Amino acid sequence: MSDNPFSLWVYLSQSPLLWLTVTLVTYAVTDAVSLKTRRHPLANPVLHSLWIIGLFLLLTGTSYTTYFAGAQFVHFLLGPATVALAVPLYENRRRVAAAVLPMLVALAVGSLTAIVSVVLLARAFGLPRDIILSLAPKSVTAGVAMGISESLHADPSLTAVSVILTGIMGAIIVTPLMNFTGIADFRGRGFAAGIAAHGIGTARAFQVDEVAGVFAGIAMSLNALVTSLLVPLAVTYLLR
Amino acid sequence: MIASLSLILLCQLVGEVAVRALAVPVPGPVVGLVLLLLLLLARDRYPVLARGPLGNDGVESASRGMLANLSLLFIPAGVGVVQKLDLLAEHGIAILVILAVSVIVTLLATVATFVAASSVFSGEDETP
Repeated sequence: MSDNPFSLWVYLSQSPLLWLTVTLVTYAVTDAVSLKTRRHPLANPVLHSLWIIGLFLLLTGTSYTTYFAGAQFVHFLLGPATVALAVPLYENRRRVAAAVLPMLVALAVGSLTAIVSVVLLARAFGLPRDIILSLAPKSVTAGVAMGISESLHADPSLTAVSVILTGIMGAIIVTPLMNFTGIADFRGRGFAAGIAAHGIGTARAFQVDEVAGVFAGIAMSLNALVTSLLVPLAVTYLLR
Repeated sequence: MIASLSLILLCQLVGEVAVRALAVPVPGPVVGLVLLLLLLLARDRYPVLARGPLGNDGVESASRGMLANLSLLFIPAGVGVVQKLDLLAEHGIAILVILAVSVIVTLLATVATFVAASSVFSGEDETP
């Protein structure tokens, strides 16, 4: 063994191996807990992985850039996973084709509600303009939202944070909220999760019901398109 | 397994190239999704395509494996919260309340519209 454990740490903390391992191990544990609690909403694996890894980075004084150099291999798979949504979509194509019109109407209403509600609330709370602009695209998937934020000259990293927080809150609240309303149509429940809480909502929907997951995936993809068109319009009208 | 992953990556690659070449505001992976869907539909039409990753549940099982762990893929971006702790300390409560209310309102508006519209358009009320 090395007589200087500190030099080992210096080596490991700069290598992708350590941070990739930390990400996978933390997820494996939080996901196992989530399964043990039969996918209880509050045992959301994303939520618990974030604070555990975040705390670990703070305690070891590791920068996010160093962490991301390892974790980027996981991050990269977001693209292929989006392509992979084609498979459940294909397998459920008849149910999807039968629901095209309700989906389009719900897409228009949901997308508009997501943007207008956040802008009006943020204005009512008296938040500064640049923060409001950064929050506006929070319901679409992170990559697209950050692009919108950039084009508005807002703060893309704050947008990324609000996207993740929105996704986690949506994933936690969706099941109890829908059970409370008594709506049992898993197509609609999933679609709402995808509109309001993008990929994290979609991941949650797949945990609950495959049909819900399929509709959430479609909602997430369509919302990415509609929101990039609507946000610039909405902020010009609402923030004059 | 490798062939299936290659097919998925290939769809994404073609999607990214197409989006950049045509300068359309669509994420590349979404075009890749449409491509893979078209390939799967074409396979039903032309059985000759049912080979390699498109045969024997190849690309299907690889996709299911990836989607089963979709939550994992959001963790690296999500940990970025650590960079914004100062801003969250200043406006955190307001931001959390705003996002929570907005997400609840959006969920309810979307599901209510979906359910209402599906009964209007087809008279069908599907309860699984």
